[in-house]
Amino acid sequence: MPQLITADFLPQLFWLAITFGALYYIISRMAIPKIGDVIEQRHGRIAADVAEASRLKADTEKAIESYEAALAEARANAHTIVSENRAEMTAEINREAAALDERLSKKLAEAEVSIAKTRNAAMAQVSGIAQETTAAIVTELLGKKPTKTAISSAVSSAAKG
Amino acid sequence: MRRSGQQIEKGAGCVASNTSHGSEGGLALDPMHQFEITRIVPMKFGSIDVSFTNSSLWMVLTVAAVSALLLLGSKRIVPGRLQSVGELIYEFISNMVRDTMGDEGRKFFPFILTLFCFILGSNMLGLFTLPVILHPFTVTSHIIVTFALAAMVWLGATAYGFYKNGLGYLKLFAPSGTPAVMLPLLVPIEIISYLSRPVSLSVRLFANMMAGHTMLKVFAAFVVALGWAGIVPLAVMVGFTGLEFLVAFLQAFIFAILSCMYINDAMHPSH
Repeated sequence: MPQLITADFLPQLFWLAITFGALYYIISRMAIPKIGDVIEQRHGRIAADVAEASRLKADTEKAIESYEAALAEARANAHTIVSENRAEMTAEINREAAALDERLSKKLAEAEVSIAKTRNAAMAQVSGIAQETTAAIVTELLGKKPTKTAISSAVSSAAKG
Repeated sequence: MRRSGQQIEKGAGCVASNTSHGSEGGLALDPMHQFEITRIVPMKFGSIDVSFTNSSLWMVLTVAAVSALLLLGSKRIVPGRLQSVGELIYEFISNMVRDTMGDEGRKFFPFILTLFCFILGSNMLGLFTLPVILHPFTVTSHIIVTFALAAMVWLGATAYGFYKNGLGYLKLFAPSGTPAVMLPLLVPIEIISYLSRPVSLSVRLFANMMAGHTMLKVFAAFVVALGWAGIVPLAVMVGFTGLEFLVAFLQAFIFAILSCMYINDAMHPSH
């Protein structure tokens, strides 16, 4: 078996030491910093990109939030305007109704006053007619004219009834 | 069984060994030949043999391939293909280190990544072949290499355990909550299991790599030997190669995750 030829051991060990040492130097001083740098850089880049993405997402959410706030405010404004208008209109209607009521009741009162006046006048005429009629009837029945005072007292007592 | 002709080529480099080998043909192929060490550039450091061998060549190729994979990728936010592979390996080991050792184990990440990449690279490269130009060789199919890696992890973890916990590290051998009666039985078992860690770690990787490659070589010999009927072992080889890629990854993963656990034991000895 060639592996057991002891004379071949030393050259192998010697060159193993040299080549392994050289490879260790190359890997630890050159390869690891190089590859490590790239991997590090990539991780940094990915982390930065993710951070940027989450920042953009936060921005978007903020925009959505402000949009919704504006929407809600507009809705509230609209609501206020509607209710204000409604109150105004109600007040105007009430006012006009009140004015109309007042006018109507004034007219009613005037009408009542004139009715009362007319009735009084009519009543006064009724009493005059009744006295004349009474004087005529009494004259026809008794043949003599009664006194004015007697007639008026008699009529008024009859009217009182 | 090797013949004398092959003995001679041992020092002649991988190119020569490949061509001369092909002329042998058929069942004469030795499935273990692929594990042979050939000295491409013989070198001496004093009396110590430090020759540049085919094993050294594949170690260098492994380092080059892994470095290319990890360094040549672009640095874009949206990764390209090569960059994706590099990042995949990085994150895979990064997660493994975090899961097994927590944030404390972060300082071992470069080491575990190097370990994983080195083993995965040499396992994978051993499966590729450039005919004639380059004889394939799997660095991790040699017990001395895997044992050196395992020993490095084990010795390192042990030293770190004592450095971090002092003698409290010995609590590792007596798990908390054990009845005192059980201790004489349990402590030796724990010690043996601890001592066998580097052995099991290295043998697992080495045996898997060697077995897989030997198997492929044996089937390859059948393909040549059986002529037209060789299509059957060829089909088996195709499937087997796929399986070997899985094993190559799996063994690198197991080696790395067990190393993580041993280091974690060193940081937190009381289970």
